[in-house]
Amino acid sequence: MLKDITIGQFFPGKSIIHRLDSRFKIILDVAYVVMLFIAGNFYSLALAGVFMVFVYLLSGISFKLIFKSLKPILPIILITCLLNLFFISGEGEPLVQLGFIHIYMEGITTSIFMTVRIIFLIVGMSLLTYTTSPIALTDAIERLFSPLKKLHFPVHELAMMMTIALRFIPTLIEETDKIMSAQKARGANLDTGGLIKKAKALIPVLIPLFVSAFKRANELALAMECRCYRGGDGRTRMKQLKSGVKDYIALIITAAMFAAVILLNIYIPIFGL
Amino acid sequence: MNVIELKNVTYKYSAGTPFESVAVDDVSVSIEKGEFCGIIGHTGSGKSTLIQHLNGLIKPTSGEVLIDGKNIWDKDVDIRNIRFKVGLVFQYSEHQLFEETVYKDIAFGPKNMGLSEEEIDKRVHEAAENMGLSAELLERSPFDLSGGQKRRAALAGVIAMNPEILILDEPAAGLDPIGREKVLSKISDYHKKYGTTILLVSHSMEDIVKYAEKVLVMNKGKIFCHEETDKVFAKQDEIIKIGLDVPQITKIIMKLREKGINLGNDIYTVERAKERILEYLDKGTIC
Repeated sequence: MLKDITIGQFFPGKSIIHRLDSRFKIILDVAYVVMLFIAGNFYSLALAGVFMVFVYLLSGISFKLIFKSLKPILPIILITCLLNLFFISGEGEPLVQLGFIHIYMEGITTSIFMTVRIIFLIVGMSLLTYTTSPIALTDAIERLFSPLKKLHFPVHELAMMMTIALRFIPTLIEETDKIMSAQKARGANLDTGGLIKKAKALIPVLIPLFVSAFKRANELALAMECRCYRGGDGRTRMKQLKSGVKDYIALIITAAMFAAVILLNIYIPIFGL
Repeated sequence: MNVIELKNVTYKYSAGTPFESVAVDDVSVSIEKGEFCGIIGHTGSGKSTLIQHLNGLIKPTSGEVLIDGKNIWDKDVDIRNIRFKVGLVFQYSEHQLFEETVYKDIAFGPKNMGLSEEEIDKRVHEAAENMGLSAELLERSPFDLSGGQKRRAALAGVIAMNPEILILDEPAAGLDPIGREKVLSKISDYHKKYGTTILLVSHSMEDIVKYAEKVLVMNKGKIFCHEETDKVFAKQDEIIKIGLDVPQITKIIMKLREKGINLGNDIYTVERAKERILEYLDKGTIC
């Protein structure tokens, strides 16, 4: 059950996308998100979609995974779709009129547009974590935010916290599974009953989980101190982040796409979205 | 009578994804009522997956699990009743402790069964006594106990449900020698006292030899053999071939045999080794 969540998961590989510098990947991913929000009509959105499919093909991540990653956020997508459908009013006669519900042509197009945009957004963002190991990701974040150090912002500490948190997610999931099984074996009823009953039934799972999480944190802190860890000052890395030709090529391609999206927006203004 | 019966049980993890792996491969086995059966196998041989089938925590990908001759996945079977009937104690079972007092924690299972207050009280005291926990410990927080006591408190939590079948996954793992001995001997006493069917997963061959009547050997998701302890350890060479250990004393006897001193291949306890060695010396064949 808990193992089915694919968002934030990393799928090791050797593709060109996997090998890109993680700092570039973060910047390009942010650029892609901005691109999606700039895209104002179906043509530019479609271009962004084609670009995404192209990058996915390069990365060798299977399309099955995309559907899996969309599953948990299906409710959000549906709500957006329905809200837009019912609350956008346009000029002219509504297409459907049922009591207080009015559906206009504009509502339908907007709702399709928004839904596609959200899907692209999530699928595009997922690619970053699919192809970048958590360690590379936090390293990159640390580097990208390092100018903030001058403002006494604890960049290294934050990156270390993220690394540790990411590292322990699978461990905690496994542990939760185990404790749930153990309590189920004692007849705990975790799946049925109302909300309050369900929340109460979680106590036998949460308490042992907290206890072991604190214990683990304690042991980890001790182990780090034993190896003389004392924060980020003067700390060198085993794996240096290096940018190369391929990273700049990726940057140029994305910039080109960005420009194309803007141009499409200007020259084919179909919707004023 | 067979209290547990598995028919062609297969279980695949992440079936239908690229990560698919077969953990249990077409396993058929029967366990008799009152049997004390040891389960051994290499890490990843499917032991833990197999035992979770027996109380319905895992549903087999294909095949049938019968408890008391009834398929537990039939529509008219309440899976919770199966869990009360088949007590399962996980590895490092002390991680399941959560209540304020040991008493309340042991009472968790019986409470879920919907028993009356008096019955719960009776069972908690009985289970605590069977696991060697004094009445004074019952009012303490389970987090204040020693490692061995925690383990026995967790065991008591399962035993308090009076299961017909008790399955233990490495109940002595990670304890010091005295703690090990205490946990295992309490389990053995419990078996003798109530005649409960017991399945004991262990990596320690010494423990298996000492307590189990029969041994089930798993290898790569399949059952390698399921026979009386004597017969299983008579196959020393095969057991070693599939990457398992034999008791230390057996290893010594095997080394002696290599040196030309044959004491027989049915030795796996120190007592019997002592007898044989004395016998051998008495014959005066040693130079």
